[in-house]
Amino acid sequence: MSKPVSALDGATYQGFAKVEELGLRGMITIRGDLKSAGMKKAASTAIGLDVPGQREVNMTGENALAWMSPDELLALVPYEEVGDKIAAIDKALKGKHYLAVNVSDARAIFRVTGGGAREVIAKLSPVDMSSDAFPAGQIRRTRMAQVPAAFWVDEEGGIIIICFRSVAEYVFNLLKGAAENGSQVGYLS
Amino acid sequence: MLILTCPCCGVTGEETEFHAGGEAHIKRFGPGTSDEDFHGYMFAKENAKGVHFERWRHNNGCGKWFHAARCTTTLEVFGTYSAQTYEPPKDIKDKISAKRPGWSWREFA
Ligand SMILES: [Zn+2]
Repeated sequence: MSKPVSALDGATYQGFAKVEELGLRGMITIRGDLKSAGMKKAASTAIGLDVPGQREVNMTGENALAWMSPDELLALVPYEEVGDKIAAIDKALKGKHYLAVNVSDARAIFRVTGGGAREVIAKLSPVDMSSDAFPAGQIRRTRMAQVPAAFWVDEEGGIIIICFRSVAEYVFNLLKGAAENGSQVGYLS
Repeated sequence: MLILTCPCCGVTGEETEFHAGGEAHIKRFGPGTSDEDFHGYMFAKENAKGVHFERWRHNNGCGKWFHAARCTTTLEVFGTYSAQTYEPPKDIKDKISAKRPGWSWREFA
């Protein structure tokens, strides 16, 4: 067995905000009719969180359940637990029209922390990052410079960012550049 | 710059978050149809100056397709609506009529 490693193996950068690649994280794409009770129950029971409403994310520890589109959720769980979680969803939804796929190794996850975290994202995405417009618990799928990304603000004010693994280095470099000391704009802080 | 609201996920974003998908409400003529019908489907577009209907995809967001009604001269967006329809809904047409009385676009007015 080869040893799984994340795209940047936990790289970090300290500027006016801190950028960390969070390493390996289990991620499951769940697709199906999110309005159906069976679907909701299967996802929430397996992940241990309520199914979020439109553009919301529920999280606790390493686990999260994020609303990605009207027929798609993204579940975050510890890397080693993915197989068991998918098996639980498959069992609960046997015979139904749905999809639950392990995408852990196809994604990268970052966290940006510090007082300037919102400002770092505001430099890279066409999103109003003020805390009124984008409070904790909301997820936004958008672009980060030239690539698609999704992010949300966690309970501690850190920003979790998910992108495709193939562009992990590009996104890390973007975040580093945006967090560089001396480049503060000071508009959001 | 266009500001569009995706009717599928509710995000209001600027146009770089979306991808234009060409003219809306085109009836497809495929294999087995006449050359004339296929030519019309493939090449004959309204390309309107003024009120126009387009397909857009929220490619950097929820990934869904939807429709947009807008003005190509002022870039004003009258509204967006579901992709699962053959014609603009009444509330969108009413909004356009309020701002561009007498408008018409293909068979719609
Ligand atoms: Zn959308």
